[in-house]
Amino acid sequence: MSVPAREGTRDAYGRALARLGADPRVVVLDADLFRSTRTHLFAERFPERFFEMGIAEQDMVSTAAGLAAAGKIAFANSFAVFITGRAFDQVRQQIALPAANVRLCGSSAGLTEGADGATHQSVLDVALMRSLPNMAVVVPCDGPETEHAVEASLAWDGPIYLRLSRYETPAWTGTPLLPRASAPAGGYAGNTLPRVKKPAGGAAIPDFAIGKARILRSGTDVTLAATGVIMGEVLAAADFLAARGISAEVLDIHTVKPLDTDSILASASKTGRVLTIEEHSIYGGLGSAVCEAIAEGAKSHIPVRRLGVRDVFGESGEADQLLELHGLTSPHIARAAEELARRRC
Amino acid sequence: MLPEDQLAALQRRAKQIRLSLIRMMGAGKAHHFGGSLSAVEILVALYFYKMHYEHGDPGHADRDRVLLSKGHGVPTQYACLAMLGVIGQDELPTLKTLGSRLQGHPDVRKTPGLEAPTGSLGQGLSFANGLALAARLDGMAHRVYVLLGDGELNEGQVWEAAMTSAHYRLDSLTAIIDRNDLQAQGATEDRKRLEPLAAKWAAFGWHVLEVDGHDLRALCDALDQATATRGRPTAIIARTVKGKGVSFLEGRFQYHNASLTADQIARALAELESV
Repeated sequence: MSVPAREGTRDAYGRALARLGADPRVVVLDADLFRSTRTHLFAERFPERFFEMGIAEQDMVSTAAGLAAAGKIAFANSFAVFITGRAFDQVRQQIALPAANVRLCGSSAGLTEGADGATHQSVLDVALMRSLPNMAVVVPCDGPETEHAVEASLAWDGPIYLRLSRYETPAWTGTPLLPRASAPAGGYAGNTLPRVKKPAGGAAIPDFAIGKARILRSGTDVTLAATGVIMGEVLAAADFLAARGISAEVLDIHTVKPLDTDSILASASKTGRVLTIEEHSIYGGLGSAVCEAIAEGAKSHIPVRRLGVRDVFGESGEADQLLELHGLTSPHIARAAEELARRRC
Repeated sequence: MLPEDQLAALQRRAKQIRLSLIRMMGAGKAHHFGGSLSAVEILVALYFYKMHYEHGDPGHADRDRVLLSKGHGVPTQYACLAMLGVIGQDELPTLKTLGSRLQGHPDVRKTPGLEAPTGSLGQGLSFANGLALAARLDGMAHRVYVLLGDGELNEGQVWEAAMTSAHYRLDSLTAIIDRNDLQAQGATEDRKRLEPLAAKWAAFGWHVLEVDGHDLRALCDALDQATATRGRPTAIIARTVKGKGVSFLEGRFQYHNASLTADQIARALAELESV
């Protein structure tokens, strides 16, 4: 079993789909990107249930809706920027409105898409998908979490937007569960993934469940609420802070919708300060969702700061350069958290 | 060839559907009169001649599917579903009112017998492809019918979907184009030219038939030809008249979505009764 030290969430997704796709309800559609989205692993194993739709995201999304109406669980794949933006109206009318069992899998999301520049960097997708009734929004932070998200999606009733990344990251939430090279043989029944109970910072990471935030690190002075593959920067920031005597709680909000308001309010009440971190616009994504939860949870005295893309488009560059440019690397996160933590409330 | 008595029965149904439409939509409120009336024979031929519909059971797995990509024509589908007993005749007048199951555009969560959420145009053919692909995967024999408006063919997604249907050789799929020559703001050929329309569909790899869309015998024959076609989908270009059956609505784009007075409703009903 070859376990990669680092991998993109798209890699874990492709692997999980090829394995869990043994479930005959699963069909997969792609828009001429299947090597990039990693659905080629499914296509090689289950060619009869893989549909190449060409470079036609709108057609793909509506076709997925038709397949779902006939009882399939349809995984529609493209880059995040296209599947949420270009096909938004199809998603709105034919996926969200009827609460179709379609999984919109947006690959190469966020600033960490990198070199392709502003046209391809998806930093509005969470806001778009979060605005839709019935739509769940899931943003895994690493490979193991992605695999669990794919598994959990098979039991979820209704549409899901799964935000995936090409950015290679260690496995923060446990060991990758499936071998990288090829999916093993075996029927669906035997394919349930083992639970992860890996200690991190002394505490066990809770099981993955859609809609349930995970505390990756417990703390008392400030809450770092983050989503997606930027988690490595957040955990590194927590280390910086610890060295400076500040105890940060790291909350992995892999499900931006439905939001785990209880966990956010509990953590915010405990630490008294919340910093949100996402590689997405500060408008409409995790930062907005957390502000809404805290304001409506009668915790509006608790200060919140949002780190993210500040209402601008991106540009070409290496992923790490772009994170630095937008103030999303661990020193920036630590500095913002420290300011919050030292603020008198 | 459709026997005379069966043809006459279908023609009676078409007349009843038109009366039902005018009563359902009524006076004083904007409705899609033109495109609902142009599609009457097409849906009558499907529901009451061609489709296997298992005595009006809209949930039967083997039923043939029909969906309206031109979702604004759904009042005609409501009238057919009421005639089949899938929904109540008495609920037709609740069309588009608060709390009604009969929404202004097809809402699959609310109305039994509808197959697809449509209304935002251009999306129905893709959805129908999805239904046909699923049927093939599941080894099921039912057919899928999708009704498209001609104005709707301005939408690029229709042509994306047309490529998909042909690429996957979806011969269980039939697209029927309600070619009434008018769209919301005028003539299709003035807004953005569609012709040569049959050649376009043929070039996309479809089997193409052109019929008088108010001639039930021709429609039924075309639908039978589509069933007999192997290896490619069939497009039936049904030449129709927008507002068909009511003289002052016929051929006028102004009644694409408009309200009629009580007097106009009375005249329309009288005209339709007299046929």
